[in-house]
Amino acid sequence: MKVLVTGISGKVGQLVCARLLAAGHAVAGIDRRPWPDAPQGVVVHESDIRKRAAEDAFRTERPDAVIHMATVTHLTAQSEDRYRINLGGTKAVFDCCHRYGVKQAIFVGRHTYYGAAADSPLYHTEDEPPLGLETFPELADLVAADLYAGTALWRIPEIDTAVLRVVYTLGPSRSGTLSSFLRGPRVPLILGYDPLFHFMHEEDLASAIALALEKKLRGVFNVAGPQPLPLSVIIGQAGLAPLLVPEPLFRSLLGRFGLPRLPRGALNHIKYPVVIDGSSFRDKTGFRHAHDEHATIGAFRRALRG
Amino acid sequence: MRLPVSPDVEARLARLELPFNEDGVDPYGIDRQRLGFMFSAFGLFYKSYFRCRVFGAENIPKRGRAMLVGNHSGGVALDGMMVIASCFFELDPPRLAQGMVEKFLNKLPFASEWSSKTGQFTGLPEHAVRLLSEERLLMVFPEGARGTAKLFVERYSLVRFGTGFMRLALATKTPIVPFGFLGGGEALPTVANLEKIGRLLGAPYVPLTPYLLPVPLPARMEVHYGEPMLPAGTGNEDDHVILDKVNAVKASIAHLIERGRKRYEVQ
Repeated sequence: MKVLVTGISGKVGQLVCARLLAAGHAVAGIDRRPWPDAPQGVVVHESDIRKRAAEDAFRTERPDAVIHMATVTHLTAQSEDRYRINLGGTKAVFDCCHRYGVKQAIFVGRHTYYGAAADSPLYHTEDEPPLGLETFPELADLVAADLYAGTALWRIPEIDTAVLRVVYTLGPSRSGTLSSFLRGPRVPLILGYDPLFHFMHEEDLASAIALALEKKLRGVFNVAGPQPLPLSVIIGQAGLAPLLVPEPLFRSLLGRFGLPRLPRGALNHIKYPVVIDGSSFRDKTGFRHAHDEHATIGAFRRALRG
Repeated sequence: MRLPVSPDVEARLARLELPFNEDGVDPYGIDRQRLGFMFSAFGLFYKSYFRCRVFGAENIPKRGRAMLVGNHSGGVALDGMMVIASCFFELDPPRLAQGMVEKFLNKLPFASEWSSKTGQFTGLPEHAVRLLSEERLLMVFPEGARGTAKLFVERYSLVRFGTGFMRLALATKTPIVPFGFLGGGEALPTVANLEKIGRLLGAPYVPLTPYLLPVPLPARMEVHYGEPMLPAGTGNEDDHVILDKVNAVKASIAHLIERGRKRYEVQ
């Protein structure tokens, strides 16, 4: 089967590519970023997914399946065109899927869809609506992209669409939202709060995505690995030092003294947990994570030191 | 930083049947070490300060889902603390009673962290269903904040019960263990509730005592557990059907309070 992966030059994109090749699929990619040492036979179309060249990639590659993971994270960088990439890009990808007869589409979304708030429950299930958008408008484009991707299930029923809401990833690549937050050596925590963070090894996520493809998954699924851990435990095991800051001071310190820059609304994500129930995905696909919480943080820690 | 834990608490903690990982964190973020510190502190109040006495603890199932349902007694959560302590110190193996906490608590720094790490989660139906489905022990005060707001003269009375707990118990087929709590009103004799000051602090109110501060006196406390009740139904019944079942539990709690009160007041 021919699989087109958007966002293929990202770390998880590369890992997914490796798994697809190993499973005997032909792989092509679309990414704004080049992938100079892409495996032989993998054509990377260097383009923005909203541009004409991306559609050309669909036309020339004629993929049977598309894995759409070209979304931009909300928690670290403020990007002007983030909204357009996340929502406009997702629309463009599904339009192309429809137009060029793609049979299977996987949208890789994020578990932060559910939002972080004082009164939101632990272990969100797929039927829950997003919360906390009013305090974190920067999340709106990812939520909209997630819900838009889900509409493909009834708009284009002939495509087997899976929307995956995946937890943060950690691993040797040091890429991803949580890794950026943990770039250290001091990681700011809001004094008096220590939320659970849900994360999985980047290799496990790549396996989960490949499994979703193999099982022709249809529907909306949370994807999680090992149990979540309090942020302070993650920081400690990563060999970093927590910097406890009272909330009123926190806002003014962000982006200074080597601390990460965060949008204001992201503060709730450092106060309250977003923890998801991944049992439905596990039941449907038989997915099991290969790296537990310690191995995952350990891999990240070794990469930080290296 | 390691928090101090008393040796007897440490021994009981080792027999607590929660699925801690090697960091001592369970899948809900309950932290073994925090529990140790909490129970060491609760133990002092439970055994020495309030000299809490427990009757009928054998009515609490040793394992499996159950809902402890009782009256609020006292203007702050002393009743909850003592019930949690009683399940830890009197049961064998010890159990962690998990309360359904008022929403405001999770918004406050430190309170948010401590309640999360000791298994006292915000009172959401999703939390209740999930914990019960994992065979945990839930502690419910159906009077809610209306119950803690009872004044000293009202201390043995029951105010309106919410019905959510009954629908949840029916839907999850959970046995209800009623309990009557005595002594909270004596420990914290509330003469008025200051709602405006409470709002400033992010709480529903602050209780005012004759000596002004909401500091509890060393009054004796008692928890009387009654026999488990297993109401039949699905949880989707009409309100009046549910209300009848709620009233049966309420009557059972009122009976436990009255029976305990006779003993409590002569001592």
